[in-house]
Amino acid sequence: MSALIKLVNIGKTYFLGEISVPVLKGISLEIGKGEYVALMGASGSGKSTLMNILGCLDRQTEGDYFFDGEEVGRISGDRRAKIRNKKIGFVFQSFNLLPRTSALDNVIMPLNYTAQNLSSAECRRRGIEALKQVGLGERLDHFPSQLSGGQQQRVAIARALINRPPVLFADEPTGNLDSKTSIEVMNMFSELNASGITVILVTHSSEIADCAKRTIMMKDGRVVDDPRRNPAPAEKEA
Amino acid sequence: MRIISTILTSLKSLRRNPTRTLLTTLGIIIGIAAVITMMEIGNGSKSAIQTSLENMGANSIMVMPGSMMGPGGARQGAGAAVSLVPADADAIGENCPSVALFSPVVRGGGVQVIFGNVNWVPSNMFGVAPAYFEIRNWDIEEGRIFTNDEVDTNARVCVVGTTIVKEVFNGMSPIDCELRIGDVTFTVIGVLKTKGANMMGSDEDDVVLTPWTTMRMRVTGLKTGNVSNTSSTVSDSPGERFAISGRALYPEQDTSITKDKLFYSRFTQLDQIIVTASTIEKNEQAVQEVSDLLRKRHNLSIEQDDDFTVRNSAEFMSMLNQTSTLMTNLLLGVALISLVVGGVGIMNIMLVSVTERTREIGLRMAVGARSRDILRQFLIESVVLCISGGILGILLGHGMSLMIAGVLGWPIEASPQAIVAAVIVSATVGILFGFYPAWKASRLDPIEALRYE
Repeated sequence: MSALIKLVNIGKTYFLGEISVPVLKGISLEIGKGEYVALMGASGSGKSTLMNILGCLDRQTEGDYFFDGEEVGRISGDRRAKIRNKKIGFVFQSFNLLPRTSALDNVIMPLNYTAQNLSSAECRRRGIEALKQVGLGERLDHFPSQLSGGQQQRVAIARALINRPPVLFADEPTGNLDSKTSIEVMNMFSELNASGITVILVTHSSEIADCAKRTIMMKDGRVVDDPRRNPAPAEKEA
Repeated sequence: MRIISTILTSLKSLRRNPTRTLLTTLGIIIGIAAVITMMEIGNGSKSAIQTSLENMGANSIMVMPGSMMGPGGARQGAGAAVSLVPADADAIGENCPSVALFSPVVRGGGVQVIFGNVNWVPSNMFGVAPAYFEIRNWDIEEGRIFTNDEVDTNARVCVVGTTIVKEVFNGMSPIDCELRIGDVTFTVIGVLKTKGANMMGSDEDDVVLTPWTTMRMRVTGLKTGNVSNTSSTVSDSPGERFAISGRALYPEQDTSITKDKLFYSRFTQLDQIIVTASTIEKNEQAVQEVSDLLRKRHNLSIEQDDDFTVRNSAEFMSMLNQTSTLMTNLLLGVALISLVVGGVGIMNIMLVSVTERTREIGLRMAVGARSRDILRQFLIESVVLCISGGILGILLGHGMSLMIAGVLGWPIEASPQAIVAAVIVSATVGILFGFYPAWKASRLDPIEALRYE
């Protein structure tokens, strides 16, 4: 399994004036294509910070992060924006749909920022396709306020999938959902993973984490348990 | 990100809060409406002044003979001397490139006209050339104007104003009627369009126009006076010419005065030459050319004063224009201040909007918007806001000036330049006052923005 994501000794330290707050302390791990990974840990363990770095939203302060073979921690903001657009899908705990905007328009919003200019008909076609994929083919013109929480999250998933990214990041995707819709959403992630998409989710619930094939436990900015723990970088290179 | 879809997106986000959008743009709407109204009223009054002055022939240049020292040292004002001849008029036409039209003018003031048993003394009676009608911007209501041929042959034809038709012909069509001017019978060939009173209040339509040759030769005869022109000739002292049985009517003139009086031939004097420049801007130049030419023709040395007067009424017109331009500019300045105030309103609301939509900005960045995409989106939003305000303002302003025209009867004139300027100004206001909020939005940290409550 080739490594899609490779972290080498990643560290992240926040500087609040005089005080430096280390959040991540030397994390090294690899995630291959098609994996289904859950990042677990108590709040404050650094899992969200790690996901922000993995998702190219934040930059590490130490170490190297290779995404798809490319070091992305030190490239320009515009190139990172392009990677986020083309190769990464995000699903958030609070859905983050645009209010008073139809489900379809929400889904095709990322296409606005795609370099290749798609005709609006093509955008629409792809949006409908993505919404059908998440089982919302009949609710194209509904506003988020007219959808249930589970449906809103599925719209968000469709939005994350619109550019057919290889990786899907989900930050507490079921945090705002009841248990029944949580199961629906988790099943959807499983299906997506089965179709070849790498899924990485952040959660503090072990039930949710159990859906994943691999669980990485974090504590105090370090990986404390990983069923497929990588060897230390020096050893690996040897 | 494609511009069109950005514009659509911004229209959508503006539609999300229509009341606020309207209130935000109110400043721009009022500012632009004020600008448009001011411009239309300003332009209207300017062109009203211009038209009324042009109707009076005020954009023309009058060349009159100069003042003179009469017998016994009595000084008489400009126009009293006899220094202009037809050849001067022809020379002006030939040698002054800035002059478009010229016409000799012979005054026939105070001559009575008679038709049937009606008599009347028109307040204006002129002998002119056909170009005069164009110079004075005076059209024919009925019939025709006289031709150059008729001028050359001293034809006894005349064109009359509508007051003459009313007073002398009792309202009936005077065409082909015989009108006696002084002792001479003329055929009426045309009626002029009504012009109304001029600025001084005298009736412009109380007028009879004939070929200038006819007027000079058959009606007024020659004027005597201080003829200083080389091409004009005067016999001798007036005392001799009007001698009554051996007694001199006037004291004999000094030889130094008689010396430079030459013989006069017929039709030598003109009372005026009326000239127009090819464009109003060339007025000054035309005045200069005419003055230079006449000085040369009249053999005036550098020390000598002009023996003619050139009056340029364009100065008067430009003064009036300046006054109305000044007023328009003043009001425009006030309107521009309200535009700036409107712009500050836009900036204020855009800043609120950026704060309100922090999560949206974070989300857009997370799905791949570059900071310049965000900058562009908010900039376009504020420009769209301003331009739609501008368009509403144009409509409102035009409506207001139409209303003013309807209620107060002020002249207005739609101004395409003002409309274009209004659109450009509102777009500029949008860019200027939208830039800071948009820049602020583009500088947001996506993680912070996504977490913003």
